[in-house]
Amino acid sequence: MITIIDYGLGNIRAFINVYDRLNIETKVAKTAEDIAGSTKIILPGVGSFDYAMSLLNHSGMRDELEKQVFDNKIPIMGICVGMQILARSSDEGQLPGLGWIDGNVRLFDSTTIPYKTRLPHMGWNSINPRNSIGLLNGFNNESKFYFLHSYYFECENKDHIIATTDYGMKYASAVKKDNIWGVQFHPEKSHGNGVRLLQNFSNL
Amino acid sequence: MLYPRIIPCLLVHKNGLVKTTKFKEPKYVGDPINAVKIFNEKEVDELIVIDIDASRNNLEPDYKMIQNLATECRMPLCYGGGIKTVEQARRIFSLGVEKIAISSLAVEKPAVITEIAKRVGNQSVVVIMDVRKNILGGKYEICIHNGTKSTGVDPVQFAMEMEKLGTGEIVINSIDQDGMMKGYDMNLINKIREVISIPLTVMGGAGTTDDIGNVIQEHGIIGVAAGSLFVFKGKFRAVLINYPTSNEKAALVEKYFLKKWIQKTCK
Repeated sequence: MITIIDYGLGNIRAFINVYDRLNIETKVAKTAEDIAGSTKIILPGVGSFDYAMSLLNHSGMRDELEKQVFDNKIPIMGICVGMQILARSSDEGQLPGLGWIDGNVRLFDSTTIPYKTRLPHMGWNSINPRNSIGLLNGFNNESKFYFLHSYYFECENKDHIIATTDYGMKYASAVKKDNIWGVQFHPEKSHGNGVRLLQNFSNL
Repeated sequence: MLYPRIIPCLLVHKNGLVKTTKFKEPKYVGDPINAVKIFNEKEVDELIVIDIDASRNNLEPDYKMIQNLATECRMPLCYGGGIKTVEQARRIFSLGVEKIAISSLAVEKPAVITEIAKRVGNQSVVVIMDVRKNILGGKYEICIHNGTKSTGVDPVQFAMEMEKLGTGEIVINSIDQDGMMKGYDMNLINKIREVISIPLTVMGGAGTTDDIGNVIQEHGIIGVAAGSLFVFKGKFRAVLINYPTSNEKAALVEKYFLKKWIQKTCK
């Protein structure tokens, strides 16, 4: 059973559809009570950093979420801005992030990007997994996913980076610390590779 | 390595899917959800869906339809049509759309672009410029309300202004080339590409995948969208939803993109 946090951001239905096709049960959580008893949690996100944080802070779910993640060690995966809010802060906003993984979210230095049109980083790009295990089981450095963002997660501890992507620089496109995962790309919109990654998450 | 994007664009009119010629003569080509299902199987890079009635008839966006589309789409979806306020934009995102496209409103109330971008992030705000070449002066100008209203606004200046206001992507839609299937307006594309540093997607005129290839060869990382090419087949324009297979796409990318661009962009 995968619990998908509905705090008003991101494509909840797209995750449900993928899991329906995989015959994996899902549950949409809108309140703290909905989160209790979760075995896997997805924190989706499309939007700006402060908007995401303020929605999550006002959702009434944050305390229960932290209880599940830190006391019960339930695996959780943040997607796109849902990954970025795992950091302490972001160049995009003023609000503090969740601070679950050490790092800050930075704006790409567009002068290093060798294309005429630079930001946002938009489209299909490949990842370089450190190991093809766990969440990234079955992927290699030719596996492509859909990206849509202008800010990236600057991870303080290199051990927390499980995949990088090249966009003018190598940056962390997937991170992991203990039972907390984050991916910058959109697996729910990345066709077969995305389906596989969401299945991998369910298998963790 | 980032790749150019090849994007089908679908037009919705009276709940059905249509394809226009120069923004006129909408020809019924099928059911939107059915088309999305086919494009899922074909693993398209992205999808653009535009409701061509909403702005012209001053209607609210059809949220039920948008939700149905977003639910079905296994690829990123950009929706446009009838968006007038930040609140409408927010609601459309909550239905699971990755990008929203704004056209008439961007001309009429450009400041709203900044408001929406602050809320949803620049990356998700797309401005579509419907561009026509003025028959008298030969100058390009932006038209709104689905091509029915000329504005006299110069698309080059406008694109620069939109970038400043926080737009994440510009789409050029050439009214003159729409449905003609005779190739893109390369001159117009070059002019806009020169002046912006946000992603650009071009639309209007694709008759073959080589037309798409030509744009990619010229511009590298770019979005190339097409309507007729992906809904019609053959010279009698029989309706058939289609898209290059992964092998065909790889060959296209190899021929027009990798050969020319990869040494340039990779260190």
